[in-house]
Amino acid sequence: MEQGSSMLKVSKELCIGCGICADNCPFAAITIEDGLAVVGESCNLCGACVENCDVGALTLTVSGRKAQEDLAGWSGVSVFCEYRGGELAPVSLELLGIGRKLADQRGVKLSAILLGFETRETASLLIGHGADAVILVDHEALRDFRDDCYAAVFTHLVRQYRPEIVLAGATAIGRSFIPAVATTLNTGLTADCTKLEIRDQDGMLLQTRPAFGGNIMATIVCEASRPQMATVRPKVMKALDFNADRKGEVIVVKPPVNLLQSKMKVIESVVGQASTVNIQDADILVSGGRGLETAKGFELIKKLADTLGAKVSASRAVVDAGWIPYPHQVGQTGKTVAPKLYIACGISGAVQHVAGMQSAETIVAINRDEHATIFNVADYGLVGDLYEIIPKLIAKLEERRRL
Amino acid sequence: MSMDYFLSEEQQMIVDTARQITDERIIPNRAELDEKHQFPRQILNEMARADLFGVPIPEEYGGFGGGCFDIVLTVEQLGRGCIGVGTAFSANFLGVYPIILAGSPEMKAKYLPDVATGKKFGAFGLTEANAGSDASGIQTTAVLDGDEWVLNGTKQWITNGGEAQIYTVVAITDRSRGPRGASLFVVEEGDPGFSCGPKEKKMGIRASSTTELIFKDCRIPKDRIIGRPGTGFITVMKTLDLSRPGIAALGVGLAQGALDVAVTYAKQRNQFGKPIIAFQAVQHMLADMAIGIESARALVYAAAKHIQEHPKDMSKASSMCKVYATDVAMKVTTDAVQVLGGYGYMCEYPVEKMMRDAKILQIYEGTNQIQRNVIGQELNKEYS
Amino acid sequence: MKIIVCIKQVPDAKDVRLDPITNTLAREGVQSIMNPYDQYALEEAVRLKEKCGGEVTVISMGPPQAEEVLRQAISCGADSAVLISDRAFAGADTWATAYTLEHAIKKIGNFDLILCGKQAIDGDTAQVGPGLATRHGIPYITCVQRIRATTETGLIAERMMDDGFDVVAVDYPALLSVVKDINEPRVPSIKGKMKAKKAEIVRLNAQTIEADPACIGLPGSPTKVVNVFPPQARGVRSVLTGTLDEQIDQLVEKLLPYL
Repeated sequence: MEQGSSMLKVSKELCIGCGICADNCPFAAITIEDGLAVVGESCNLCGACVENCDVGALTLTVSGRKAQEDLAGWSGVSVFCEYRGGELAPVSLELLGIGRKLADQRGVKLSAILLGFETRETASLLIGHGADAVILVDHEALRDFRDDCYAAVFTHLVRQYRPEIVLAGATAIGRSFIPAVATTLNTGLTADCTKLEIRDQDGMLLQTRPAFGGNIMATIVCEASRPQMATVRPKVMKALDFNADRKGEVIVVKPPVNLLQSKMKVIESVVGQASTVNIQDADILVSGGRGLETAKGFELIKKLADTLGAKVSASRAVVDAGWIPYPHQVGQTGKTVAPKLYIACGISGAVQHVAGMQSAETIVAINRDEHATIFNVADYGLVGDLYEIIPKLIAKLEERRRL
Repeated sequence: MSMDYFLSEEQQMIVDTARQITDERIIPNRAELDEKHQFPRQILNEMARADLFGVPIPEEYGGFGGGCFDIVLTVEQLGRGCIGVGTAFSANFLGVYPIILAGSPEMKAKYLPDVATGKKFGAFGLTEANAGSDASGIQTTAVLDGDEWVLNGTKQWITNGGEAQIYTVVAITDRSRGPRGASLFVVEEGDPGFSCGPKEKKMGIRASSTTELIFKDCRIPKDRIIGRPGTGFITVMKTLDLSRPGIAALGVGLAQGALDVAVTYAKQRNQFGKPIIAFQAVQHMLADMAIGIESARALVYAAAKHIQEHPKDMSKASSMCKVYATDVAMKVTTDAVQVLGGYGYMCEYPVEKMMRDAKILQIYEGTNQIQRNVIGQELNKEYS
Repeated sequence: MKIIVCIKQVPDAKDVRLDPITNTLAREGVQSIMNPYDQYALEEAVRLKEKCGGEVTVISMGPPQAEEVLRQAISCGADSAVLISDRAFAGADTWATAYTLEHAIKKIGNFDLILCGKQAIDGDTAQVGPGLATRHGIPYITCVQRIRATTETGLIAERMMDDGFDVVAVDYPALLSVVKDINEPRVPSIKGKMKAKKAEIVRLNAQTIEADPACIGLPGSPTKVVNVFPPQARGVRSVLTGTLDEQIDQLVEKLLPYL
C-alpha cells in the first residue's frame, strides 16, 4: 500500500539550495544538505515552502478530503445554548451576537439550539438577543449534563436542520461534548476561536484561534465537510442588546427516546466550590501593591482584570496587610509568575517582588513615583495617580473592544 | 555548571533522580520544614519510591550495590536543597553501615531489604553527654543475661531519633578491656526498656530529628549483637570513615545551593545604577566561593572513589574531604548572606537558613579538630 | 485492570515563538517534553494499577523521536509502550488523530480504561479524548479532578465544571481525560529508568493498524490551517509620549492584542 497520497517532493533538478523554503517553514522542517532541500519529520504539509520557492522545485500533492456530496444543502448558522442549574450560560448570548453577524453576511437564518430542563422563558430571551428561531428540547434527561445524551440529541438536530455553521461556548460543557458531535458528523471543529469571519471568495468560515499556549495564532478552515464547527470562549464575543420587538419562532422538539439514554450517571452536582487561585496559570495578571492605599483599591484592580480576562495578584506588603489572601502573592516568598502581560499598579518594584515576575513577556507599571524601581523592568510605564489612570484605561479598553 | 566529572550512565541516573527530588520536593518545602522543625517523612517516602534508599545496599538485599561515590553523588544533590533532609537521609545509612560491614548474613537479610525500600529507617547511637570527641568515654553498658542482652544508659543528640525503626547502638560489654571492650547492637523501635527523648531544638538542620535514646534495662535477643563482642569501636571507626564523604558531599551541595542564590541575586539587585555583580568586590567574593566549591567537590569525589577501591585505607581521605568541604560550606554560606546584605539576613531568602545549617557540618561525625588530628597522625604514620 | 494511556510529545509551549519578521517557529532552545497533562494521566493510571492490579500500556502517535516520551513513561511506571508512527500521519487534525488512535488501540486489544490528559499544550483543543471515546462507542468523562472510587465494573469520578464539579459514574470500558492537580506525578525511579532504557517499544504504522489513507494525516483532516501569525502586532515598541491621556490611548493600542 502506498505510504499516503500526500507528499512534499523536492525536485533535485530544479532545487538550487537557496534555503528560502527552509527560512519560510513555520515548523523548521526543511534543512539544506549538500545544496539540496531536505524535508524532515516535522513537516506538516502546510505548503508555505511551495508558495515561496522561486524556482518551483517543491510540489505538494495532497489529495484533500473528498468534499461532502451535498455541501450546498447545508445552510444557516446554529448556536448551541447552554442551560445548567436553572440558568442560561452568558456565552450563549455572546455567540448569538457573532452568529447574527455571520448569518447576515451569509444571508441565512440564525437558530439557537437550546437543550435543558425547565428552561422556561429562555427561548424568548434568545430571540430577543438575535435568534430567528429557537430549536428547543426541554426534557428531564437533559437536566444533568451527560456527554453521550447531549451529543446524541445535538447531533440528531444538526443532521435534521443542516446548518452550515455551528457555534458553541468553549465552556466545560461545550468543550466536552461538541468534539463528540464533530467526530460523529465526520466534520471539522476548531476550539477556542478568538475571531470568526466569512471568507469573501467562497463564503467559508475563517476560524482564528491561539495555539502553543497562545504564542501563535492560526486561521483554520473546514472546506469539504459540514457543518463547520467552532467553540468560542466566554467574554470574547459580544452579545446584542436585548430587543423585545424581535420576532422568531420556537420549535419544540421531542427527540426519539433512545437518544435520551446515557451510559453515564450524575450522582450529584457540587456547586460554588471556590477554585484554588492559581495565578501561575494566568496569561494576564493585574497586580496591586501598597500604592492602592486601602484594601478597597482591589475592587478597581479586579475591574481592570475583568476587562482583560485577567487574574488578580499582589505584592507581599498588601498580603501581609490582609488586603488579599496569600495565594495571590507574587515574589520571593510568594509565587513566581511568567504571564504574557503583567500590570503592576502601585507597586514600587522591590527586588524580592521583581524576582517573582520579571519573566513576564510584557510588563506595564502604573505608579505615582517616577523614580520607582519598577519602571526599570517595565516595558511601558505610566506615572500618575492610579485611581485616575485605571478607570480611564478600563473605559478606553471597553470602547476599543466594542469596535 | 560544575566541571565535567565523566560520570557513567548509571551514575548520571542517580544524580538526575536525586536532582529531580531536590528541585521538585525539597526546595519548595524546605522553609516550612525549617520553621516547623518538621521531619520530612513525605519527602523521604518519595525518595524511597525513586529507589534512592537502595543506592548503597548490596544487590542481594534489594539495593543497587553502589559504593561511597554513588552515595556522594546522591547526597550532594540533596544538600543543594536542604541539609536537614540530607542529614536524615545520610544518618539512615550511618545507622545501617555497621550491619553491612559486620553483621551476619541472617542479620543482613533481616534488616537490609526494608532499608532498601525505605520501609524502615536507621539511626546510629554513639554519642553521649560525656562522650563526644572522646568516644571511648561512653558509659552505656550491655550485659548478657541468659538469652538476652540488657542495655542501660543514655545516648545524646542522635539523628533520626524517634523516627527510625532500627538503631545501631554502641555499648560497653567489658570495661576491663578498654577500647576492645565495646560492642554494637541492633535495638528496634518497641524493644522493652527503650525509649526516645523529646526532639531537640537546634540552630539548624531543623527538619532532622535529634533526640536522646534512653535504655533502662532494655532487653534485646542475643542475636542482636553485630559481629563479635569487643569489635564495637573497630566497626564504629569504619562506619564513620565510610559515611564521612557523604557529610562532605552535603557540604558541597549546600555551598552550591548558596552560591546559586547569591549569583542570581547579585545579577538582579541594582545599586548605584548597576547590578551589584558588576562590582569587583562582589565578583571576587563570588569567585572565591566558586573556587572553594569546585575544589571541595573534586576532593570529595576523589576521596570517595579512593575509598571504594581501598577500604583498608579510608581514614585520611575521608577526614580530608570532610574537613575541607565542611569548612568551605561554612564560609560560602556566610559569604552568601553577605552578598545578599540585608535581604540575606531576612528569612524571606533561603541563605540565612543555609548559614545556620552549615555550622553542624563542622561539628558532627567527628569535629573538624579531631579530623585534623587524624590527618596529622596518618601523615606521621605514612612517613615513618 | 487494563489501562491505556495516550501521551504526546510536544514542544515546551511556553518557549515557542513565531519570529515576527520571518513568520517561522523560533526553535532554538525549545525542548521537547511529555505533554504535562499526560504526565498526570500516566500517574493516575499507575496508581490505579497499584491499587487494583493490572497493566498500563502507553501509546503515542508521533514522529520516531516520540519514543523518548514513551521511555520516560516506562520509567514512571508504565508496563509497555507503543509508538504509532508514519509519514502518512503528518498534518493530522484532531479528527484524523482520533481515527488513528482508535485503529491503533483496536490492534492493541481490549481495555477497561483509556486515560488522556485534558489537552495538549501545542494544540490546546481538548478534542482528541472525546473524539476517541466516541469512535470506540464508550462513555467518557472529561476534566477529571479526582477518581473517588473504583469497583470491578466501573468507577466514580469528579468532573470539573465551570461552577464547581459533578460526581459522575460510568462502567468500563470508558475514557477519562484528566486535569492537573488530580495527583502529583512521581519522580521516575532509578529502577524505572533502567527498565525504560532496555524496554522494547512496539511500533505500528498506517499499514499495521489497517488505516484507510483517506482518513489519516492531512488528507483525513476536515480542518486545515491556512495561516499562522504571531499574536502581537508587529512593530517596534516605542515609549509612551504626550499627556497622560495620550499615553493611556497609546497603551491601550499596545494592549489590544491581549484582549
